[in-house]
Amino acid sequence: MTDAAFPHRHLLGIQGLTPPEIQHLLDLADGHVDQCRGADKASDGMAGRTVINLFFENSTRTRTSFELAAKRQGAEVINMQVSTSSVAKGETLIDTAVTLNAMHPDVLVVRHPESGAVKLLAEKVNCAVVNGGDGSHEHPTQALLDALTIRRRKGRLDGLRVAICGDVLHSRVARSNIHLLTTMGTQVRLIGPRTLVPASCAAMGVEVFTNMREGLTDCDIVMMLRLQTERMTGNFIPSVREYFRFYGLDRDKLSRARPDALIMHPGPMNRGVEIDSDVADDFERSVIREQVEMGVAVRMAVLRLLAGNLDQTRRNQPFVGAGGA
Amino acid sequence: MAIDAPGRVAYVNARLLDPASGLDAMGGLLTEGEHIVHLAPGLFADGAPVGARVVDCGGACLAPGLVDMRTQLREPGQEHKESFKSAGRAAAAGGVTSMVGLPNTNPVIDDEAAVEFVARRARLIGLAKVFTTAAATKGLEGQELAEIGLLREAGALAFTDGIKAIADAQVMRRLLDYAASHDLLVIQHPEEPTLATGVMNSGEMATRLGLRGIPREAEIIMLERDMRLVGMTGARYHAAHVSTADGVDIIRKAKAAGLRVTCDTAPFYFALNELEVGDYRTFAKLSPPLRGEADRQAVVEGLADGTIDVIASDHCPQDADTKRLPYNLAAFGGIGLETLLPVTLRLVQHGHLSLLGALDLVTRAPADLLGLEAGRLRTGVPADLVIFDPDAPWKVVADTMRSKSKNSPFDGHLVQGKVIRTVVDGRAVFPEGTA
Repeated sequence: MTDAAFPHRHLLGIQGLTPPEIQHLLDLADGHVDQCRGADKASDGMAGRTVINLFFENSTRTRTSFELAAKRQGAEVINMQVSTSSVAKGETLIDTAVTLNAMHPDVLVVRHPESGAVKLLAEKVNCAVVNGGDGSHEHPTQALLDALTIRRRKGRLDGLRVAICGDVLHSRVARSNIHLLTTMGTQVRLIGPRTLVPASCAAMGVEVFTNMREGLTDCDIVMMLRLQTERMTGNFIPSVREYFRFYGLDRDKLSRARPDALIMHPGPMNRGVEIDSDVADDFERSVIREQVEMGVAVRMAVLRLLAGNLDQTRRNQPFVGAGGA
Repeated sequence: MAIDAPGRVAYVNARLLDPASGLDAMGGLLTEGEHIVHLAPGLFADGAPVGARVVDCGGACLAPGLVDMRTQLREPGQEHKESFKSAGRAAAAGGVTSMVGLPNTNPVIDDEAAVEFVARRARLIGLAKVFTTAAATKGLEGQELAEIGLLREAGALAFTDGIKAIADAQVMRRLLDYAASHDLLVIQHPEEPTLATGVMNSGEMATRLGLRGIPREAEIIMLERDMRLVGMTGARYHAAHVSTADGVDIIRKAKAAGLRVTCDTAPFYFALNELEVGDYRTFAKLSPPLRGEADRQAVVEGLADGTIDVIASDHCPQDADTKRLPYNLAAFGGIGLETLLPVTLRLVQHGHLSLLGALDLVTRAPADLLGLEAGRLRTGVPADLVIFDPDAPWKVVADTMRSKSKNSPFDGHLVQGKVIRTVVDGRAVFPEGTA
């Protein structure tokens, strides 16, 4: 049965989702947290279903998280790590999609280094597609797990003040979080040098700060981003040393935030680059490990929901062949 | 009352000139230790305070010491051309009490240690105060951003690649974006390097002399490009030594459009033109090159209407070995610390600017642009002063210059305006031997 509270075939991004749809996903995910904490984690909600993790970019934690989320609900999981370095990406992407589609998976989880690639792939298949991160565009399950972490800790999302700090320019995590948090009535601040936080970000309904101390003042949540040196071509910052001096999260800068402010990071962390170990490992403030835990619960909810929605929609979809554009 | 308090100096019978406040009146000024403690029109008309040492200015002008925002000091690395000490003596003789060096030394000033070296060495010498800009890109190579945030914290006033343009548009864009994040000032040498391959201004004169020309468009194109990048990034941008009519006009329009743009020019560009090159005179080989008369007049116009914010000496010492060469092979640059004041006063003598207006361009304006506590006559600030006779004539003779290098483009010129005394932090540093 299609879930009336979330009548979508794919989860390609947060942008465009309504507040009730997001709440619904978070409610469903919340229900899986206790299941994961119990000794017997298995359920059969996805028995007989097939999930393919199709990763065109290296990933350990996200792929593992999706894999566990599917297996704990009794689904079959295939992991495909595709090298992108030596082939023409567009052609390979569509060929791969069409080939996999012919094997009738229920859900494809796709990560790709190019923005928009997951949407392109989704147009060529008649299963459900979950965006596991596309370039610098979106990473919807990360935003959902961040929101679930915040909601469980603070009891709400609206009215909170969240600072997202660092390499916004290259971050799909930042974009998904901006969409989710602004949709849910959270105040969002972006903090970083203008080379990494373009002034045009302000058009997304956020406040932009270049001074981290000012930006962190009175924030409830401090969300750090990884400095994505692998996506940087050219001069965005003079040096890691200077970056840490002005934009690394340390005790001194953190003291500007609210005393009960939580520290988040999507991982993997560059210690001493964007975050001081002293702060990252503060068990009273840092919820970085909890984010990982919520990740599995969120992905369980998303996979099961989309697999369930598929019953109604898939049978009516024409098969899309290799020639279909 | 501590009548005998040491270090009290009363400057009496002075024409007080303070561009910041518009003060132009006969009066006196009192310093105590390193600071100005009192100044007023008519002060000390009835006699100096008991116990203060008296300096009778004899009706001469007393103004804030000059702030020269563009000098090449050659230390470290080329001390045979100039040093903090020789430049400091030249500055003192020229009424300059604060000078700002470029980072094109050896090693390049692109790390905090180099900035601190300049501050420490200069403090020991105790002549004109020395400040420094730092490299905008590592090694002045125009590729990777220097650690400009950390350099600012170490004391660098602004960021520039010195006598090289930041030519790569993407590098300049990122630099301006990053500088805007920290509200730092970027100073450009506005010259498109792929066009500026000649040795003097393009035109009839270069053609007749058989010398390769540098077209005016080298400056114009770079300034036009930069204005687009400044508009895109909202950064603070300063164009050094503007030398063309179009260049002045580009800045004028950018200011009218609300961009955070300023510029300076050097005395060479409003007092001289390309005819100075004459018979292959290498002292007139400058970067940018001396332009035609129409450009010179446009620069004067830009100074008169406020488009050009600052006059800087663009002091560039070159020793005889690099100047006594065929024109094509000689080094670019001219010294200017000792001629900054009299050549600037030429704008007053020719009726283009008021005396206060001209002084403003070499005192308050550069100090404010760089955030220096200098360039003003005000109680409580450091006593950096110049006493000068605005009319006294003299002849510039290169060999008598105090700079180690003698390459003055004004060699042989007659000028008016003579420094009588220069005071830094309450101490007389010129004439030499004054207490």
